[in-house]
Amino acid sequence: MSVQLDARPPVAAAPPVRPTRSYRLSRFDARWSPYLYIAPFFLLFAVFGAYPLAYTLWVSLHEWDLLGTEPTFVGAENYTRLLADPDFWHAVVNTLGIFVISTVPQLLAALWLANLLNRQLRARTGWRMAVLVPNVTSTAAVAIVFGVLFGREFGMVNWLLDLVGVDAIDWKANRVASWVAISTMVDWRWTGYNALIFLAAMQAIPRDLYESAAIDGASRARQFWSITVPLLRPTIIFAVIISTIGGLQLFTEPRLFHAGTNAIRGGPSRESQTVTMYMFENAFAPYYNFGYGSAVAWLLFALIAVVAVVNVLIIRRLGTDAGPRTGGRKGGRG
Amino acid sequence: MSRLWRASPLTYGALVVAAFSSIFPIWWMFVVASRSSDAMGQLPPPVTPGGNLGANISRLFANTDAYFLTGLINSAIVATTVTVSVVFFSTLAGFAFAKLRFRGRNALLMVIIATMMVPTQLGVIPLYLLMTKLNWNDRLPAVIVPALVTGFGVFMMRQYAAQAVSTELIEAARVDGCGTARIYWNVVLPALRPAAAVLGLLTFMTTWNDFLWPYAVLNDPENPTVQLSLRALSDGYYQDMSQVFTGTAIATLPLLLVFVLFGRQIIGGIMEGAVKA
Repeated sequence: MSVQLDARPPVAAAPPVRPTRSYRLSRFDARWSPYLYIAPFFLLFAVFGAYPLAYTLWVSLHEWDLLGTEPTFVGAENYTRLLADPDFWHAVVNTLGIFVISTVPQLLAALWLANLLNRQLRARTGWRMAVLVPNVTSTAAVAIVFGVLFGREFGMVNWLLDLVGVDAIDWKANRVASWVAISTMVDWRWTGYNALIFLAAMQAIPRDLYESAAIDGASRARQFWSITVPLLRPTIIFAVIISTIGGLQLFTEPRLFHAGTNAIRGGPSRESQTVTMYMFENAFAPYYNFGYGSAVAWLLFALIAVVAVVNVLIIRRLGTDAGPRTGGRKGGRG
Repeated sequence: MSRLWRASPLTYGALVVAAFSSIFPIWWMFVVASRSSDAMGQLPPPVTPGGNLGANISRLFANTDAYFLTGLINSAIVATTVTVSVVFFSTLAGFAFAKLRFRGRNALLMVIIATMMVPTQLGVIPLYLLMTKLNWNDRLPAVIVPALVTGFGVFMMRQYAAQAVSTELIEAARVDGCGTARIYWNVVLPALRPAAAVLGLLTFMTTWNDFLWPYAVLNDPENPTVQLSLRALSDGYYQDMSQVFTGTAIATLPLLLVFVLFGRQIIGGIMEGAVKA
């Protein structure tokens, strides 16, 4: 690398000096630069991720609002008040209701759709893109569009229902109806995405399993429930957990489904206010009660954890009942 | 391949129904965006575009409640900055985790995976208080800075670098006297390009689409992101729905464009992620 600048023979002592320096430099580089490369993540996460997380707990133990007075420590008072707050429990029931009527049909439809996409198709990529396109739209835009589709007077859904003789439904003012409308947007957005995840796992299942099942006389449906579903169990659990986390945090869709004065309350009598919306209503406009809002945030976290564990237990059980005797655990890992 | 896997006409029929229900709401959004407001009251609803798009667009940009142009520019700034930053820091950290040896590597990687499981809602209130303290409320850094790194990005790049970057090549570069910075730039980054592209696309779409955090922290109606402009439009008391739909269509357009251009990679990324997760 170095260029010889003069014709003098090298001095015997010179060579060891340079290599030592560059050697030490490269030792230093190899030893410490990894930390330099991962430091941005940890620094930014510490300030804008971990610190807020821990601080939420601290804030939730205080009477803490925007008025500028010093926050006062109140211990668990926010939590005890919250546990006795009917509006909070109303929001919990809304969230769970929307979650159940969206997740179950969504995952079943995704399994069925993945099964269709797993055939030998013409224009394979085209079909995959078509079912994924709802997922790459703006959530806010979709919520507004579906808000119009589910309108009472001129909404297309009521018009279609009218064609088959069903009376107009007031989708925004009826509690369960608003859950159905919001679940429809969630399903519309996420079914294709989940179908692609299931499809990826299905393609990892050896095809001769099906061939031999067919020779043994198993029908298509039988093959689906006895081979595909059990082998997909890890992927199904993954999708259920992701849907649980997403579903229980639902905010944009129900918030924009309602417009105007009662929007953050999810309609005049809180028809579809989710827990996250309730947190917003308390922590930001109109109340700016940060302590109470933080307590809502922590109970939401607890709710997500509990529902995720219950889901996994249910799916485990389903899998063992229906599963074949061999290889029940090896699907979905490629 | 046996006849078990052949697609019957029934398969195609079902797929047509699925594809139609996927695409119809988006199509209809563009239809209403290109018609006058009467389109909303018509039954049966119109399903073909009209000639009013230009008029709707000029009404939308002139609407002083929505600050739609500011919203578009702000969203472009936020999404681009965040995307470049996430891709850069994720490839850098992913390279370190996959190919460099250092004390505490596995433990730190576990921390990163753990950060992916925490819901964002949990930190929203203190983050808001922090932004107040930094005096960033109502300003773009409040939206940009907390999003500059993601655990998902680091983890995804680590998984990809572990198998896509050849250790022999790194060692050869080292023997030639390259430092780790040059190895990252000349050897690792080119090898990571396909996965980095997918990460960039996903990050851009998520950031462009984000609603909850901007809604909390950008309260000044004159300085919104595009999604907040949509909220302002839809919460308005006037019922000019063709203007609102023009807004939703324009806000969706960049995402659709990205999807049309890179759909294959995005689908590959989602399916890859599912199997490797």
